Amino acid sequence: MKTFPIGGVHPSENKLSGAKPIEVLPLPDVVTIPLSQHIGAPAVAKVAKGDKVLTGQLIAEAGSFMSANIHSPISGTVTSVDLVPNGQGLRQPMITIKREGDEWAEGIDRSETLVRECDLPAQEIIARIKAAGIVGMGGATFPAHVKLSVPPGKKAEVLIINGVECEPYLTSDHRMMLEHGEEILVGVTILMKALGVQRAVIGIENNKPDAIAHLKGLAGRYAGIEVMPLKVQYPQGGEKQLIAAVTGRQVPPPPALPIDVGAVVCNASTTYAVYRAVQKNMPLIERVVTITGKRLTAPKNLLTRMGTPVLTLIVAAGGLPEGDVKVINGGPMMGRAMVNLDSPVTKGCSGITVMSGRDAVRNEAGSCIKCAKCVAACPMGLEPYYLSKMARRKNWEVLEEQMITSCIECGCCQFSCPSYLPLLDFIRLGKQAVMGIIRARAAAAAPKK
Amino acid sequence: MEVLLFTILTLCALGVLAAVVLYFVARKFRVEEDPRIDEVEKMLPGANCGGCGFAGCRGMADALVKRDDISALFCPVGGSACMKSVADYLGKAAPEKEPQVATVRCGGTCAKRPRTNEFDGAASCAVASALYVGETGCSFGCLGYGDCVAVCAFDAIRINPETGLPEVDADKCTACGACVKACPKGIIELRKKWPKNRAVYVSCVSKDKGAVVMKACKAGCIGCGKCAKVCPFGAITVENNLAYIDPQKCKLCRKCENECPTGAIRLVGMEPLPKEPKAPAAPKAAPEKPAAAPKAAEAAAKQVKAE
Amino acid sequence: MANKFIVSPAPHVQSAQSTARIMRDVVIALIPALIVSTVVFGANVLWITALSVFCCMLFEYLIQRFLCEGANTLPNFSAVVTGVLLAFNLPASIPWWIVVIGAFVAIAVAKMTFGGLGKNPFNPALVGRVFLLIAYPVQMTSFPMPANGSFDALSGATALAAVKHKLAAADAVGVQDLLLGNMPGSLGEVAAAALLLGFVYLLWRKVITWHIPVTILATMAVFAFVVALSRGDEGAMLWQFPLFHVLAGGALLGAIFMATDYSTSPMTVKGGVIFAVGIGVITMCIRLWGAYPEGMSFAILVMNAVVPLINKYVKPKRFGLK
Repeated sequence: MKTFPIGGVHPSENKLSGAKPIEVLPLPDVVTIPLSQHIGAPAVAKVAKGDKVLTGQLIAEAGSFMSANIHSPISGTVTSVDLVPNGQGLRQPMITIKREGDEWAEGIDRSETLVRECDLPAQEIIARIKAAGIVGMGGATFPAHVKLSVPPGKKAEVLIINGVECEPYLTSDHRMMLEHGEEILVGVTILMKALGVQRAVIGIENNKPDAIAHLKGLAGRYAGIEVMPLKVQYPQGGEKQLIAAVTGRQVPPPPALPIDVGAVVCNASTTYAVYRAVQKNMPLIERVVTITGKRLTAPKNLLTRMGTPVLTLIVAAGGLPEGDVKVINGGPMMGRAMVNLDSPVTKGCSGITVMSGRDAVRNEAGSCIKCAKCVAACPMGLEPYYLSKMARRKNWEVLEEQMITSCIECGCCQFSCPSYLPLLDFIRLGKQAVMGIIRARAAAAAPKK
Repeated sequence: MEVLLFTILTLCALGVLAAVVLYFVARKFRVEEDPRIDEVEKMLPGANCGGCGFAGCRGMADALVKRDDISALFCPVGGSACMKSVADYLGKAAPEKEPQVATVRCGGTCAKRPRTNEFDGAASCAVASALYVGETGCSFGCLGYGDCVAVCAFDAIRINPETGLPEVDADKCTACGACVKACPKGIIELRKKWPKNRAVYVSCVSKDKGAVVMKACKAGCIGCGKCAKVCPFGAITVENNLAYIDPQKCKLCRKCENECPTGAIRLVGMEPLPKEPKAPAAPKAAPEKPAAAPKAAEAAAKQVKAE
Repeated sequence: MANKFIVSPAPHVQSAQSTARIMRDVVIALIPALIVSTVVFGANVLWITALSVFCCMLFEYLIQRFLCEGANTLPNFSAVVTGVLLAFNLPASIPWWIVVIGAFVAIAVAKMTFGGLGKNPFNPALVGRVFLLIAYPVQMTSFPMPANGSFDALSGATALAAVKHKLAAADAVGVQDLLLGNMPGSLGEVAAAALLLGFVYLLWRKVITWHIPVTILATMAVFAFVVALSRGDEGAMLWQFPLFHVLAGGALLGAIFMATDYSTSPMTVKGGVIFAVGIGVITMCIRLWGAYPEGMSFAILVMNAVVPLINKYVKPKRFGLK
């Protein structure tokens, strides 16, 4: 069975909510919508305090090409456009809307009927995806229309659908593939058309045999779509790892992109959103969020409107357990710990993981015993122990030479460290510093041309 | 015996050979250097702290010797005296700078700024700052993991375990600026060093609105602007909900400190001015006050100087 | 709020492997050899091992307590591993005070002077052993005869020494004896089968990878085979000679437990293979043409010195680079 070529780890899967069908969370009374829910420029607010908005109405417009539209997830009145603390307690511009009823904007098809045929030209498909504000829903939040606009001189050869869900605990993509498999497959055909490719591969890790079987059964009806089971190995859901696992091609180090090896990767939930945007004119205003944790009474998958406070989801899953807790936006390998549970669910939030008691606290760090387990685990072929040490010493030159910018921050090194060293904490700092230096250098070189 | 002799001879021959090789190599690859660089390096303090902007004292010495105009170069550790002796030796104009001291502009002690969560990552301000707001509700304040302490080459800054904040030992501080660069929150500033280490400064860098500041910290600047109004020297500006005392204009009159409702303005090495009872005839005296105030303040400032 | 919120950067989970668990696994992997050794040489084996472990732990504790500030590393078992490995490198008839000196050199000189766990460039147990070998050559090379386990028995030469000094041919010692420890030797090197069992355990627990041990042994075997070929051996000798060198002496103990020591072996698989080939070649050179019958310890120490260089120049295969 295929997997990526270098490194990787296999954390306990803990897919507590894998067998729980998607439930619909009741509409929230108040939502807060960050203007920046994606990589790139923040969106520009199109509404002001006191404005009435409808569900699905455009409330913030993409700030540049590398940006995404944002739509109102509920109908009601805008109560403020102001700085509001996000999950990490940092104040960011957000639109707050108080719900009144459930009035939808015109032109949105809310029915569940499957629409298979799509006669639109590629340009129109991409335009609709852009209008709907779709971004990568696996967590990277890369605007989808940017990814689909293949730059001149490059050619897409294969579309890869990411149904890997390698993060422990998370099950939202798994449930989407099971419950909306047909829509996802139609979404794949739409994406293939947008990219002009003849082949698509849906990569699914082998710990979801039901999803593999389900999609394999459905895929026969669509030309050029292959369902590929993959060996369970974290971080297979990483774009570069998935491309390597599926095609055997390795994306060169930055600034190279997946398109340089002819691949475009799209997450399964995103593909569903693409289907809805193109066939139903439905903007991205809701998503499935896994709410999970060993000590939650009812881990589940909730269909949630964007902007819903995280606390609402936790309450729906039985409330926070007593004692020490670490609430993570995302899964335990790459998710960000939160301090503010009033912060909203955003486009990239695939799950909320609640670690509690002993699990919430890191083990005390020892000293490096040079066991080289981090080197063996690094899926990018780096030397985390060395990068971390050099980052602590702020030796940016060495870090750049040792390819720190290749780091995908997957956490394999720190996960595998038997001395519990905070390797990635410092590597992340070093990577940011080096990327800043590279950008500054590029900026300095640019005007001379 | 023969073996012994042979061994000794071989070793001697090897030694001579190596010496000859070394001699020629040293001749060939010799780097001609201005001997004054060595001399200047000896005059510098030798702390290699990087406060001058060079990697070490040698780099600074090199620049001092090679550049014609050395007014932009300054060794914060050695200070004016050191720069003067170097300039005299080189026959150049000495750069001058008034003495400065690192000042930590955060008053959010454990008591005044309640902890809302516990940070469990690597104990580094840079790591915590890149991740989130910090252990308190204030996203501007000191995180307290001591990145500034780690970079200080002079043992001049330490975390006070009671307040959780770094404290600068002004006598040891050389104003090299290492801590200023290390602080991810930009809390530390090099400010003019007064005699007896006196200081008046706004001990807060929060640009949040007043209500937000008060929620997170009882010692924060809420940007009310009372201090700016009372300052006789126009040294205080309020921008982005934050007051700032210009160290070049401030004369340590301490009037602002009395006005500050949250105690964000800090005095060091001085007693506060006695609280004046509210002037009963305030509206009447108003037109005269601006004229009178600077005088009183001037007097207070003089008094400070005289001490 | 009843909850205390904990915050840290990702990742938020940790593999079950800890330093203490790794070291414990190494100790467990050494137990079969200890049992065989006890059967072969008698209860004195246990006493020497216990003394060595105790001294190593004591020295580490004292140094950490009084000489250098730092975390206490006793609970992570690394001193225990050093102690057992040191004992395994000593003959069963060794006087107790030599064990104490060996432990002191291993821990105080080879380990703690460099900063303790993970920072020592040379394998502590081997430094201890080589020091003793040079300082007390007589006691270190007087090996009691096995079989009856009596210490009054005549001291015998190890299989390697016997072959070296032309007292016996390499095929004189049977493979079965080498496997089961029916020969004179230091505590840990006499039972090849028990060491191999430990190797399997370490592989299963993912404490080490197979690359270094297998490469060392393969290098030695190939080297011995070429030597046997070049001197015109024929028939059974062609495979007996390499097999003898792989099984005899400290080859297995060194390859499995000493060369794989984390802090003194390279960080990459590629580097590990280079390191292992070096050990294999040097060991065979010393065994065949050097002054000592056994060369494993010296070979490992020599290659330990090369490790920083290997780490500097041998980098892992980067993702996306040809």
